[in-house]
Amino acid sequence: MEASSEAPRVPVRTNTWDRIRTYVGEYGLIALLLVMPVVYGIQDLSDDGSLARLGNNVVDGLSNGAIWALVALGYTLVYGIIELINFAHGEVFMIGSLVSAGFFGTIGLTAATGTGGLVAGLFLTLLLAMLASGMLNVMIERVGYRPLRAAPKLAPLITAVGFSFILQNVGVLWIGGSPEGIPDLIKAQKEVVDIAGVSISRGDVLAVAATIPLVFLLVGFINQSRLGKAMRATAQDPEAARLMGINVDTTISATFLLGGIMAGAAGLIYALYQTTIWFFQGFQAGLIAFTAAVMGGIGNLWGAVLGGFIIGIIQQISDNRIGGEWTPAIVFAYLVLIMVFRPQGLLGEETREAG
Amino acid sequence: MTALAARPAGEGGPRTDVRTLLVLALALALALWMASEIEMNMFMAFVAWVLIAVRTIFHENAWVTRATVVGLLIWALVLPLAHDSGGAFIEDATLALAYAVMALGLNIIVGFAGLLDLGYVAFYALGALTSGWFMSGFFVNAGGGEGFSLLVGEPASTLPGVHLNFLLVLIIAVGVTTIAGMLIGLPTLRLRGDYIAIVTLAFGEIVGRIVINGDQIKIAGEKVTNGRQGITPIDKIDLPFLEPFQSLELRPWYFVALALVLFVLFVNFRLRDSRLGRAWIALREDEVAAASMGVPLVKTKLLAYGTGAAFGGMSGVFLGSYLNTVNADQFQFSFSIFVLAMVILGGLGSIEGVMLGAIVLTFINFNFIPDVFNDYPSKIGLDFDLTELSFGIFGFLLVIMMIIRPEGLIPERRRQLELKEGIGVGDTELGTSETMFEAKA
Repeated sequence: MEASSEAPRVPVRTNTWDRIRTYVGEYGLIALLLVMPVVYGIQDLSDDGSLARLGNNVVDGLSNGAIWALVALGYTLVYGIIELINFAHGEVFMIGSLVSAGFFGTIGLTAATGTGGLVAGLFLTLLLAMLASGMLNVMIERVGYRPLRAAPKLAPLITAVGFSFILQNVGVLWIGGSPEGIPDLIKAQKEVVDIAGVSISRGDVLAVAATIPLVFLLVGFINQSRLGKAMRATAQDPEAARLMGINVDTTISATFLLGGIMAGAAGLIYALYQTTIWFFQGFQAGLIAFTAAVMGGIGNLWGAVLGGFIIGIIQQISDNRIGGEWTPAIVFAYLVLIMVFRPQGLLGEETREAG
Repeated sequence: MTALAARPAGEGGPRTDVRTLLVLALALALALWMASEIEMNMFMAFVAWVLIAVRTIFHENAWVTRATVVGLLIWALVLPLAHDSGGAFIEDATLALAYAVMALGLNIIVGFAGLLDLGYVAFYALGALTSGWFMSGFFVNAGGGEGFSLLVGEPASTLPGVHLNFLLVLIIAVGVTTIAGMLIGLPTLRLRGDYIAIVTLAFGEIVGRIVINGDQIKIAGEKVTNGRQGITPIDKIDLPFLEPFQSLELRPWYFVALALVLFVLFVNFRLRDSRLGRAWIALREDEVAAASMGVPLVKTKLLAYGTGAAFGGMSGVFLGSYLNTVNADQFQFSFSIFVLAMVILGGLGSIEGVMLGAIVLTFINFNFIPDVFNDYPSKIGLDFDLTELSFGIFGFLLVIMMIIRPEGLIPERRRQLELKEGIGVGDTELGTSETMFEAKA
């Protein structure tokens, strides 16, 4: 000990290149995320003299982002506990939408239903969609991932891809191969308030107002409850958790249940907000939400929410300015850039996989 | 222990246990039934079965192995002569061979090096695009509107656009896709496992988007692709000393595809047994251990991506010319899964298995699902179109294979050991591990 403390201190040599690299790693992603809003903000200011158009993009982006945030929570929960990308999660979300839309018809909700009936009906639908998606997710884990827990990493990922395709085809069988319009129950486009040219519609209000309580409930559950504690313990070290008397299998199932519940809620909100459902919506949503989860730092709940909102805004700006046909490419480009420069995301810590 | 069963496989005797014979009998029935359904010559199906049966029974005898390889080669060469040159069977067989080239390429990335690539369609797209650029009238302004041609005969040489010889385009495509493969590999170098899958998937989707919207991108005044319209027609293959190929005479196409497969097979076998191949396998088994043993990670990974991508590009050029169109709809994510399913079904890392997987899945996709099984749902009173569900069927296949037989139909021995680490050390081919324990006892 003494010898080492007496040894002359070698000055840490920091050359410029290293310092630049540190800066890029630290702030590069944030700068990258700011590029689009700033560029288009300046363009708006010079064109119209106001930021109304950008503001509208941001509002729409936030409400889209609320949906992605809910889906991203499922990715981040599952990844946090078993380090698996639950590739079928987007499809679980899609099934949530389909269940909701089907249930509207069953209980006779139409655009003409009164407020009281609508609120009660939607609440029932929410519960049903959550239950359906949650149970579906648990089932996927039971059939597809649990038998492969000891197998190489590749194996469960491949079954996940397989399940994703199976569920897409369930969607095709259910509603056919093309997008299906559903009744606009909440009159999603109707304006609630207009602030300096930025209009906020009922859909926007619903998406954000439904998402935020759910996120708080989830975070509270993970932080406070016994099961949440078990989840965190299992995520840290499954072996040690087992030794402490935690039933690891049940805990993992519960994690999938929670993820599925969030996806189901997102499915209902998506159906109400977009008023269109499609068997392929889950694939796209899954990848966007995964990007969101990675952007926030996978395994970090608040990171997933933050990432969801950011991706929502980027997506909306790109839809509005560059063209919807390029949006997936832009989102994926962001995904690749994050992977290269900051795989741990905005709020996450370095993990083994992404280090 | 009966007399028939349980002769330890290591001793080199013929394998005549009950289980093997049962499997072979089942294979014969299946082969004949399939042959009748896909308009294949029954005699050729029977010959194929005999060759495989001999190989299976005398699996330890090196001479038999060599003889059956030669036999299969001759069989593959004779196969088109036994069928109608414009018929459906040759059409699908050629497609199967082209897909086999791709599956063998993906096998290098996923099977050998263990890097799960979910965006393999990108290389197919780039290869096909290369054929669209250099073997069609796509660049109308080339050569001042007169067209530019190199080593091609009539009528391509007189048309506007760029028309290069098929072999030249093949070389260009290999170059393009190798570079693309390495570029796509670069960002994944720091990543492992699932993250690689997602990054490659993202690249695959980006390339797909560029193909779909390529008519909006202008480089030096020229569009990059034709967007949703697709590029068509593409020149037919025009090889030296041969007549230009015809779209209704499919035998020459089959032989070109077969030549590509043989070339790729040769490269695959040589690579697998080379220093590089061993480095890939070491990487797959344990990256940290491999690195500390002196395997250069960056070079090894990039070479895996590059080689695998090059085969995808080769197949892309061939398919561009064969299908006569380069269309954005061909390059969807589901195609990556289609090729991945071939690799998984056959056995990750197993060259023979991947060949089998490619052939089986091509015929299932283009023959059995649309033609043979399609009436079944309506027969049992269900109303849906099975062709819509083909990828659900492949998804189901992926799940089932991973859970029941993760090592694939024809497992690679080393992979099988990895999967069953600790148990069944020794010859585990065809599940003889129990027999081996019996023999020991």
